[in-house]
Amino acid sequence: MIWNVPFITVALLIAIGLYAVMFKRNLIKIAIGITIIESGVNLFLITLGYRKGGIAPIYTNLPSGVKVPEGMVLPVPQALTLTSIVIGVAVLALMLSFIMKMYQHNKSLDSHSRRLKG
Amino acid sequence: MIYNEAIPAILIGLPLLAAFITPIINLASKKARNAFVIAILAIEELLIILLAWHVFTNGIVIYTMGAKNPSIVPLQAAVPVRIVLEIDGMAAFMGLISCTVAMAAGIYSIAFIKEGNGKARYYTLLLIMLAGMLGMVFTGDLFNLFVFLEILSIASCGLIAYRQHADAVEGAFKYLVVSNIAALFVLFAIALFYAQYDLLNIAAIANAMQYTQLDKIALALLVAAFAMKCGAVPMHFWAPDSYSTAPAAITAMLVAASQASLYALFRVCFTLYGSLMNYHMIGIAIIIFGLLSMFIGVTMALPQKDIKRLMAYHAISQTGYMLLGVGVGLYLLGSSDFNVYGIKAMEGGIFHIINHAMYKGLLFLTAGAIYYRLGTRNLNEMGGLGHTMKFTSIYFIIGALAIAGIPPFNGFASKLLIYEACYKVSPILSIVAMLVSVLTLASFIKVFHSAFMGPKMHDVKEAPKSMLAGMAVLTFVIIFFGLFPGWVVSHIVHPAAMALVEKMAYINAVMGG
Amino acid sequence: MLETGFGYWDAIAWIVAFIVICIVVYIIRSMGKKEHRKEAEEPFFSGVELPDEKVHVKASNIYWGFIESMKGYYDVMKKMHDGIINNYISWFVFIAVLLLITLFAKEVIP
Repeated sequence: MIWNVPFITVALLIAIGLYAVMFKRNLIKIAIGITIIESGVNLFLITLGYRKGGIAPIYTNLPSGVKVPEGMVLPVPQALTLTSIVIGVAVLALMLSFIMKMYQHNKSLDSHSRRLKG
Repeated sequence: MIYNEAIPAILIGLPLLAAFITPIINLASKKARNAFVIAILAIEELLIILLAWHVFTNGIVIYTMGAKNPSIVPLQAAVPVRIVLEIDGMAAFMGLISCTVAMAAGIYSIAFIKEGNGKARYYTLLLIMLAGMLGMVFTGDLFNLFVFLEILSIASCGLIAYRQHADAVEGAFKYLVVSNIAALFVLFAIALFYAQYDLLNIAAIANAMQYTQLDKIALALLVAAFAMKCGAVPMHFWAPDSYSTAPAAITAMLVAASQASLYALFRVCFTLYGSLMNYHMIGIAIIIFGLLSMFIGVTMALPQKDIKRLMAYHAISQTGYMLLGVGVGLYLLGSSDFNVYGIKAMEGGIFHIINHAMYKGLLFLTAGAIYYRLGTRNLNEMGGLGHTMKFTSIYFIIGALAIAGIPPFNGFASKLLIYEACYKVSPILSIVAMLVSVLTLASFIKVFHSAFMGPKMHDVKEAPKSMLAGMAVLTFVIIFFGLFPGWVVSHIVHPAAMALVEKMAYINAVMGG
Repeated sequence: MLETGFGYWDAIAWIVAFIVICIVVYIIRSMGKKEHRKEAEEPFFSGVELPDEKVHVKASNIYWGFIESMKGYYDVMKKMHDGIINNYISWFVFIAVLLLITLFAKEVIP
């Protein structure tokens, strides 16, 4: 049961993030919601690679008694998470700069004060 | 032939490298920078033609990044862990579209984007966008697909907001939010695959696929995410916002970018799941997406006053034709009818992808030429432009007739294939498709009348030469495809359709055996 | 030549036929009477005198009747295309859930 906690957290994070993107009118809060969804997905990836009592997957200087590869955590999800975090930072920076520009033009952070419709 | 096995990697690497050389050359000379970018785009076009020729004659091409073969040696694992580029007929077909549109957009931008205000960075992002598109269609690795999807959307957003006025920033913001949410759910679906199979390679996952409960969740998320990225109704709302506000050359690129997502949707449905899933159900879902996109897209286009917003709604409506054609193929997959008319429907849908990229790209470029000379996108303020902008109006007529499916242009050939194949499944599909075609013609008559006809109201000149040249590239392709549809279908479109259908060929190319 | 599964489409043949028909039409037309009435050149607008200044119909006025007659449909559509980013994402979530329900429908509903 305790092993399901990370997955429950993942579901909660994605749900909270989606709630923020769907129902919060403040543009900054939408950006925060997207970041929370991203954290949820990243946590999911990391949880997939975890093994109980596993060590870092480095072959040189292995502690004795570690089974290869069963005793190691999976390296691939960690690489994926790292890539995903980097992309997330780029997207967040771009999004916040767009929000800044929109605030300069519209003098409002409300998602309902839009110009394009119909 | 001068074919080299490294071409797939060069095709992605060259624009990435050139993207960051461009600002350096810009310091020396503006003309040298333009020449450099056009040369790179021309080389890309040449390389993709070489690669496509090779793929269409010799079958699937595999390129493994950093090694001789896809497997890993130390663990003696039988699974491909390296990043693989896998170019089959469909991928080469999409690559042709991306490179051609990028070349036209690059030539067009020489005059269209005014100097100053960071034109070098504009070209940098344009080249990155091309690299993102090519990477997305060439990759044989799901995580790599996600990375290129994000590269593509970040570069696109930067370009949509290039002019930095209020509308452009808002369009870019909406596109960024939508594409980032879609990409995150794609990543979640990829994680679901990794949880079960410990694999990321598309061919290997397709080989190991069990169609468990988790796979069903992943399928729903992937279809919804890619359908949103390609602008299928009812997830199309971002498309008019960002298409209408981007610079015209970028809008033409965005059309090709949406089609890269369409490719990913088809790749997931046909190769990743294929015969395992309930393809009747997903086929019907895609047909419904297609019908809704066609009808709502074209009816929303009719009352628009912004010329590019009107065309953006048509882009949605034309995406519906592709979804309809390929959806009918998916619906019939595996039945005996598939070989009779299911394959024809798919050919029609896939042929429509390239036709649409060409004529919709051309139409957006003509809209950009009007904006360049007149400074407005509002149709109410236009009139009588045909008196002076003669070439632009000729290009517009060609594009409008092609999109409305008037013979002998290319839109007619692909629509004819879709009409006839869909009629066999259900006449209602064909009736809706024809009705939408009529309404398309009607709304382009509206644009032509209000922009080009009437008394001379504005004292404008013809668009600059480089813009006309960019449009000429696309016009040439439209006329060529219109005059020789049979050759194009049998040599380019049919191999692409078969590449989607023949799932085992895609798997065996990587897995061997 | 493009095989459509039920018939053929050949653009070159179509163009040749188009040109031939144009020539035939021209020949038939040239066989008509040479003299014509001057007033036949004037367009006939239900007997209304045409104003002298040049008029241009604005884009908003084209298809006004069509849009007016489908007002109910367009009102719904205008409401749907409200341009609010929150609703864009809501539609995506709605469609994803709908797809999930259809995929799992067989197991939920026996």
